[in-house]
Amino acid sequence: MAQPEDLLFSKEHEWVKLDGDSATIGITDYAQNALGDIVYVELPKAGSSIKQFSSVGVIESVKAVSNLFTPLSGEIVEVNAALENDPAAVNREPYGAGWLLKIRVSDPSEAQALLPPAEYEKIAAD
Amino acid sequence: MYAPHTERDVAQMLDAIGVGSLDDLLRVPDAIALKTKLEVVPALAELSIQRRFDRFAEKNTGVEYRSFLGGGAYRHYAPPAIAALAMRGEFLTAYTPYQAEVSQGYLQAIYEWQTYICLLTGMEIANASVYDGATALAEGAIMALGATGRRKVLVSRAIHPNYRAVLRTYCDGLDVAIDEIPITNAGTTDLDWFANAGLEQYAAIALQSPNFLGNVDTLTPDALARVTHGGIVPIAVVAEALSLAALAPPAAWGAQIVAGEAQSFGVPAAYGGPYAGFIASTQEHLRRIPGRLVGKTLDNGGRTAYVLTLQAREQHIRRERATSNICTNQAHCALIATIYLALMGATGLRDAAALNLARSRELASAVANVDGVRLKYEAPFFNEFVVDFGRPAAGVLAALQERGILGGIDLGRFYPELGSCALMTATELTTTADINALAAALQEVLYVRAGV
Amino acid sequence: MCAQASDARGAVPLIFELGQTGRANRYLDSGKPLDTFLPRSVLREDLPLPDNSELDVMRHYTKLSHRTFGIDLGFYPLGSCTMKYNPRVNDAIAARRHFAELHPYTPDELAQGALQVMYELERSLSSLFGMAAFSLNPSAGAHAELGALLIAKKYFKERGELQRDKVIVPDTAHGTNPASAAMCGFKVISLPSNARGRVSVDEIRKVLGPDTAVCMMTNPNTLGLFEESIAEIAAAVHENGGLMYYDGANANAIMGYTRPGDMGFDLMHLNTHKTFTIPHGGGGAGHGPLGVAAHLVDYLPTPIVTAAPHPNGDANGAPSDRLTFRLDFQRPKSIGPMRSFWSNFAHAVRALAYLYANGEPGLKRVSQLAVLNANYLRVKIADFLQTPYPEICRHEFVASAQTLKRENGVRALDLAKALLDHGYMAPTIYFPLLVPECLMIEPTETETKETLDGFVETLRGIVDEAKRNPQALFDAPKNTVVGRVDETRAARQPDLRWRP
Repeated sequence: MAQPEDLLFSKEHEWVKLDGDSATIGITDYAQNALGDIVYVELPKAGSSIKQFSSVGVIESVKAVSNLFTPLSGEIVEVNAALENDPAAVNREPYGAGWLLKIRVSDPSEAQALLPPAEYEKIAAD
Repeated sequence: MYAPHTERDVAQMLDAIGVGSLDDLLRVPDAIALKTKLEVVPALAELSIQRRFDRFAEKNTGVEYRSFLGGGAYRHYAPPAIAALAMRGEFLTAYTPYQAEVSQGYLQAIYEWQTYICLLTGMEIANASVYDGATALAEGAIMALGATGRRKVLVSRAIHPNYRAVLRTYCDGLDVAIDEIPITNAGTTDLDWFANAGLEQYAAIALQSPNFLGNVDTLTPDALARVTHGGIVPIAVVAEALSLAALAPPAAWGAQIVAGEAQSFGVPAAYGGPYAGFIASTQEHLRRIPGRLVGKTLDNGGRTAYVLTLQAREQHIRRERATSNICTNQAHCALIATIYLALMGATGLRDAAALNLARSRELASAVANVDGVRLKYEAPFFNEFVVDFGRPAAGVLAALQERGILGGIDLGRFYPELGSCALMTATELTTTADINALAAALQEVLYVRAGV
Repeated sequence: MCAQASDARGAVPLIFELGQTGRANRYLDSGKPLDTFLPRSVLREDLPLPDNSELDVMRHYTKLSHRTFGIDLGFYPLGSCTMKYNPRVNDAIAARRHFAELHPYTPDELAQGALQVMYELERSLSSLFGMAAFSLNPSAGAHAELGALLIAKKYFKERGELQRDKVIVPDTAHGTNPASAAMCGFKVISLPSNARGRVSVDEIRKVLGPDTAVCMMTNPNTLGLFEESIAEIAAAVHENGGLMYYDGANANAIMGYTRPGDMGFDLMHLNTHKTFTIPHGGGGAGHGPLGVAAHLVDYLPTPIVTAAPHPNGDANGAPSDRLTFRLDFQRPKSIGPMRSFWSNFAHAVRALAYLYANGEPGLKRVSQLAVLNANYLRVKIADFLQTPYPEICRHEFVASAQTLKRENGVRALDLAKALLDHGYMAPTIYFPLLVPECLMIEPTETETKETLDGFVETLRGIVDEAKRNPQALFDAPKNTVVGRVDETRAARQPDLRWRP
C-alpha cells in the first residue's frame, strides 16, 4: 500500500502529519498489519511533554505488545479517546480514525530526522 | 521409577537415533561431569514409601490436639464431594489452559471462580488466582504503584504480620518504602493517625478486615474521603474468606483492590500450602491486574467459548514490562474453592458463618469466665479474638500444650506490647467439648501458676 | 443459531445459571440469624450466590472435566513443561490427615514429621543439584526466580556494589526471567544465541562489565541443546564479579550426569511440578525450591528447616531419624519470607515421595529415558518436518513448520490444532521466539515407544494432509467441544465474569 504523500515517517513505523506547530501522530498501515488485531492502546495523558523517539505508549494485539515511539518532541494536546472503546480503528484506518496523538511541536527542525513517504516505503518493503 | 522402557525398546531407539549408548546421549564436558556420589533418599517400592511416610505422619502429633489456631489458616468443614471432583485426572493432570479448544471445562471453572470472587467481594473483576494472601497483598500494592506513579505504600499494622513481611520482601526489590499505621487500644487501625499526614506521597493504603487481631477493621466514610482526596488506592486484605459470607464486602467501604486468601473454601491447612490467593478490583484497574484472566467469547461457529485473555499484560508476552512475573498460579486450589462454593451455596455459607460466629462467642465467654483472663478488645469480630492472660502468653500456651490443647497464637511473637495475649479461633469444627476442655485447662494452668 | 441443547459442541450452562435459592445441601446445622451476633452496620445486605443440589454440582463439574484434557487422557508433548505421569501415591500421601490437617502454626515439636519431610527433600535436592542449601519457600518457578534476584540485589548491596544493575538473559529464555528481573529493578540485557543455538563465551564477554549483576541461563536451553561452554561462561561472569542463575525448568535432562553447582551456578530454582511429578492442576499450584551456593545461604528466604541431633533418635533408622528439627526464622541476612506460610508443603510431600520412588539410580534413569525419548522423536519427525538443530538434543527439541508455511500456507498453529483433533495435546508453539513457526516438543520419560510411534504417524498424516488440503487444517479442530476461539473478541470486549 502506498503511503499518503502529506505525511512524514519514522523508522519505528509511526507517521506524523504537520500542520503549523501542531502534529497528528499514528502508526503506519505496515505496522498495524504486522501487529495484527489491536486490542488495546495505552497512551500518555494530555498535557505531558514527550521527547522525540522516546517510548510514550504501548500498543497491544492479542499476542504481542509494541512500544509507541513519538516521532517528534512536544506537548500532548489530545489523545484519541475513541480508541478506548474501538482499538480496531487503528487496524481499519491507521491514517484516519485510528490516529493516536495530537501534539504541539516544540522543535520543528526535528522533522529533518524523519523520512518522506518514498524512503519509508523502502523500509516497510524489507 | 515411572519409566516404561524395556531393554529392547532402549536398544531399538538408540539404533534409530544412531548412537551406541545412553551415555552418548547425555555426555557433558568432563570438567562439569558429576563425580561425586549423590546423597539422595534411597529408592523404595511403593508399599515401603507408604510405610516411610507412616513414620513422618505419626510424628505430626499436632493434628490430634484440640486446636484453637487460626491467624490466616483455618480449619473448616469440606464436603467429600469436593475431593471426588477436584481429584479427577482431567483436572489434576491438565496444564495451563493455553489450548482453549481442549480446555473449555477448566476455563469455565476459572470463569466461575472469578465470578464467585466478584460476588463475594463486591468487586467488578477478579483474576484466576495468585499464590496466596500475602503475595496478593504485594501484587495489589504493585498495581497501586503503577496506577499512581508513587513510590510509597501505607499499611495497617493490624494486617497479618507474615503478609506485611512478604510485602516488605517485595518492596525491597522495588525500592519502595512502607509506612505502618499504628493500632488503637480498641484493636483496630488508627484512622486518625493519617488525618494530617502527607497522604499524596502514598500509592496505597491497605487494611485487613477482620484484621490479624480478629476485629472488623475498615475505612470509615470520613477516612475514605481523605484517602480518595489524596488520590490513594484503598486495598482490602481478606485472610479469612468465610467472613465474606457475613460481613459487608470490601466494595462497601470503598476498597478498589481486594487481596485475599481463599484457603477457607475447602483447601486443606496442609502446614501452610498450597492455598488460593486472589486479586479482585474495580474496572479501572483491569490493565494492571496480575496473572491470568479467563474471558468469555465465541468460537468460529458462534458458540460460547472461554479463553485466557488480555495476555499481553503477562510475562510471556510483555516480558520485563509485564504487570507481574507470575506464571504458574494456584489453579487447582481455586478449583477446589469454586466447587466448595458451588456445594455450599449462599445458604450453606451463611450457615457456616453463623456457626463460626456462635462458636467463637461461646469460646470467648468460656475463657473470659476464667479468673485472670480477659478479652482484650470489644470490637466486632468474626471467628477469632484476642485474650489477655495477664502474664506471658508463651508460658500459658506451653502449659495448655502439655494438656493436649493448642490454645492459640502467641501474639508476643509479632507485637511485643501484646506479650500477654493470644489470638484464639473457633470455627464450625470447634465443639463444646473442645471449649470446655480449654476453659478447664486454662483454669488449672492459671491456678497452678498463680500458686507457685 | 441452532438449539444449543442439541449441539454437543456448545456451552455448558454456568453454575450460576443452574442454581435456585433454597435448593441447599445440609452440610452444617443452621445457625441463628447473623444479626444475633453482629451489628447490622457491619453485615452484608445480600449474598447473591446460587444454591445447588450436590448431584447437580457433581454433574456440572464432571461435565467440565470431560471438556478438559489432562495427561491421564493422552500424550502431552508440551515443550518446556515436562508433562510426565503424576503418580497417584503422591496425592494419596499428601491427602493423609496428618499432613493435610496440620496447621502452619503448630509448634515445631508437634510437627516433626512435616519438618523431616522438608529436611529430607532439601538435603536430597542440594546433593542432586550441587547446591549448599535450598529454601522450600517459593511457590513456583517464577517466584523462586524473584527470590534469587532479591538475593543477588541484597548481596551486591551489602558488598557496596550498587552499580550492578544489569541482568543478562539469552534470547531463548523463559519470559519470567526478564519479568522477575524487572521486579527487582534490574535492567535486562538480551543476549543473542549463535548459529548453533547456544550462547557463546565471546558474545557474553561483550556485554559483561562492572554493572553486571546476574546472568540467567537454563541448561539445556529451551531449544533442548546443551550449552557446552557453560563452565567458561560461568568463569567469565564470575571474573566480572557477577552471579550465575540456573533456571531449573529443564532439570529433567541432567540428573545423574551433571549439576548446576558443577557448572558454576550460584543460584537456581527447580520446578518440582515439572521434574518431580507434582500435578500441574490446570496451571498450579506449583512449588519452586530455591537453591544457592555456600556464599549465599544466609540470604535465603525464611524460614529454613534446621536439624540437631535427637537425644532419643532412632539409631536403626535413616540418618534423619536421629535428628530433631525446627523452623528457623532468625536469619538476619535473609531477604525475608516470600509467601504467607513456610512452603507449599503438600507439594514437598509429593516431591519427596517421588524421590523415594527413584533414589539415585532411578533419577539418573529418568534423565536418560527423557533424553532418549526426545531424540527418538526428533529423528522420526525429521522425516517430514524441519528440525533446525539437527544434532543430539536433551529432553526436548524444536521443529519448524516454516517450509509448510511458505509452500502451503500452513502454520505451526494449524498443526497444533489438528493434533488436538487426534487426541494429543499440542506441543508448545512459537517459543522460543528465534525459531520461526516453532514447535517445541518434550515427550518425557514416562511415555512408551508405542505412544511415541503413534504420535509420529499421526503428525506425519497431518503434515501430508497439510500439503494436499491445507483448508482441512485451517478448519481444525473439529472434534473438540468448540472450534477455534475468537481471542480478539475476548480481548477487545473483556467479559471476565457472569452477572446476575
